Amino acid sequence: MATTDQYSGGGIVNAGDLPDKPAPIRTDGAIAWMRDNLFDGVSNTLFSLVAFALVLYVLPPALGWLIFNANWSGGAEACRINPDAACWPFVGARWEQFLYGFYEKSERWRLNIILAVLALGIAWLVWEKAPARKFAALFMLSVFPVFAFIMMYGNETLGLPIVDTPQWGGFTLTLVIALSGIVASMPLGILLALGRRSKMPVVSLLSTVFIEFWRGIPLVAVLFMATIMFPLFLPAGVTFDQLLRAVIGVSLFASAYMAEVVRGGLQAIPKGQYEGAMALGLPYPKMMRLIILPQALKIVIPGIVNTFIGLFKDTTLVLIIALFDLLGIVQASIADPNWSIKSVPYTGYVFVAISFWICCYGMARYSRYLEAKLHTGHER
Amino acid sequence: MQLVKSIAVGAALAASIGVAQADETLDAVKEKGFVQCGVSQGLPGFSNPDDQGDWTGLDVDFCRAMAAAVFNDADAVKFTPLSAKVRFTALTSGEIDVLSRNTTWTMSRDSDFGEFVGVNYYDGQGFMVPTSLGVSSALELDGAAVCTNTGTTTELNVADYFRANNLEYTVVAFEKADEVVAAYDAGRCDVYTTDRSGLAAQRTKLAAPDDHVVLPEIISKEPLGPLVRHGDSQWGDIARWTLNCMINAEEAGITSANAAEMANSDNPGIQRILGSDGDLGAKIGLDNAFCANVVTLVGNYGESYDRNVGPDTALKLERGVNALWSDGGLMYAAPQR
Repeated sequence: MATTDQYSGGGIVNAGDLPDKPAPIRTDGAIAWMRDNLFDGVSNTLFSLVAFALVLYVLPPALGWLIFNANWSGGAEACRINPDAACWPFVGARWEQFLYGFYEKSERWRLNIILAVLALGIAWLVWEKAPARKFAALFMLSVFPVFAFIMMYGNETLGLPIVDTPQWGGFTLTLVIALSGIVASMPLGILLALGRRSKMPVVSLLSTVFIEFWRGIPLVAVLFMATIMFPLFLPAGVTFDQLLRAVIGVSLFASAYMAEVVRGGLQAIPKGQYEGAMALGLPYPKMMRLIILPQALKIVIPGIVNTFIGLFKDTTLVLIIALFDLLGIVQASIADPNWSIKSVPYTGYVFVAISFWICCYGMARYSRYLEAKLHTGHER
Repeated sequence: MQLVKSIAVGAALAASIGVAQADETLDAVKEKGFVQCGVSQGLPGFSNPDDQGDWTGLDVDFCRAMAAAVFNDADAVKFTPLSAKVRFTALTSGEIDVLSRNTTWTMSRDSDFGEFVGVNYYDGQGFMVPTSLGVSSALELDGAAVCTNTGTTTELNVADYFRANNLEYTVVAFEKADEVVAAYDAGRCDVYTTDRSGLAAQRTKLAAPDDHVVLPEIISKEPLGPLVRHGDSQWGDIARWTLNCMINAEEAGITSANAAEMANSDNPGIQRILGSDGDLGAKIGLDNAFCANVVTLVGNYGESYDRNVGPDTALKLERGVNALWSDGGLMYAAPQR
């Protein structure tokens, strides 16, 4: 508030505060911010200018292609007339395939239920204030997989027609492979990490051999072996579900990576923690469960989520063994001669990229949140 | 990859010997109630999912025809999409009953992997060039940059052809067909080579399809056809005569629309094809009307061709060598009598 000058005891005294003046332009506001952050010295100025030029060069055509000039309605014909921009009707005509694959159309409500339960379950696990969250974890790890499998595969006695795994596909298949891999690789990885650090030579050796074997071969080779070689070792006529083979391969592969991440966490725990636990008389399982692993896993959350994200994206490799995950089904759709238009493949790939980015970024954000929440006072 | 391939080939050989006594595919198929058919993961006009998520295409129609022949139900078929690498293993290991996946019939494949039952499309490798290049024959392509896919026989065929004709060339190769088209359209090469059915499919993706021509030279023979496992001659006969039936029906003028009516025809040849006379179907373990069912439910070869790859489709492939022999083409089926 502005104040007025008053006589008070013979001197001119200002009774109130002077009003705040805006900071000088040189230290505040957009111009100052830009000068401090973007044009701070010769090299920064140069970098900023180049970056601006790049953004100006790339962004308008990209947005034009994706949004402003894109075909949003009409069918293939509209895209054929305007082939130099994204063809979203292609995604619109096929989104059900991209989501469900070749799953029996009359049975797709089953997938919807699974996806809804999955979404609810994840929300339950992630939302802090939800009631009975321990029960949620138990439910998601034990009941849900059985429930999801029965719903997805079918069960004659329950009146659900069988839908065989070759008909599974699309984003649901991506989720099946990724979630099975994530859920299986976590405990396996912890066991392998503990095994590798064990003082028992046989356990340690076997864990090391397992980890180094699976880490040393490419995932593509694992999938090829599972698909091409494995059936030949079985007697004629005996077949072993292709999807199961792929899921086992992906899980074992991911567990080897997980083991090394967890081992990194174990090594970061000071020796005093082990000694303290032992001094309390805790047996090995309790020591690990109560003292060591909670600390070790907390440290390696970024590494664990990194492995999960890698695993999630690696699921696209199953398309080389003719399983139609999201990327596979989009590629198959591109082959339709009715959609044989220049922009259709690009639109399909952009759609896949956006879908994967949303999932992976979601995981990354949750990881950041967990790190902040579990940050209980000591920096590492 | 070469190593993986040779191991796979060797192992597939070993396995095919193991399975070779089976003479019960038909019983097994009837038992489970459907034909398990291996198709491509996506080849325009031959096997690709349509907007409804149903498989369509020339190769897919053959699978449906076999289902119609065995079950009188063109939908009693399940499709196993296969990559080029795993297709033969899937067949020899018994995962699929028949492989209908634009597979070139060659001597080594016929002896190693299975029994080819005929040809449902005569393909061959060709060249596409921009009209602005002013070239009318592949022999004028000296010094050209050639766009093609990596790791396929097309690369080898080009090398053979250019060397045999003493022409200089450089290869610009990509992994995926879409990349090849984009490179060709952007002018990074003068020529695009792949199978002619593929050229037709990719041409529609060019900015100005009418500014490009397919040259007359065909530099390789690619007879594409379905195959079954070695060792079950009855199942092989069923596949072979399903294919022959579709071609014979076209020759006799039997279509899906008139098949029921034609069964009462006075022509003994047509009667035998449709099973209203004789017991040809029973000889291969099927209903005598198997061919009538195939034509009614799926159509004759010409109908299937027109529907999937013909001039009225996006592929716009003329019949050419795939016309009936009576029209100057190569489609010639052994008679049903």
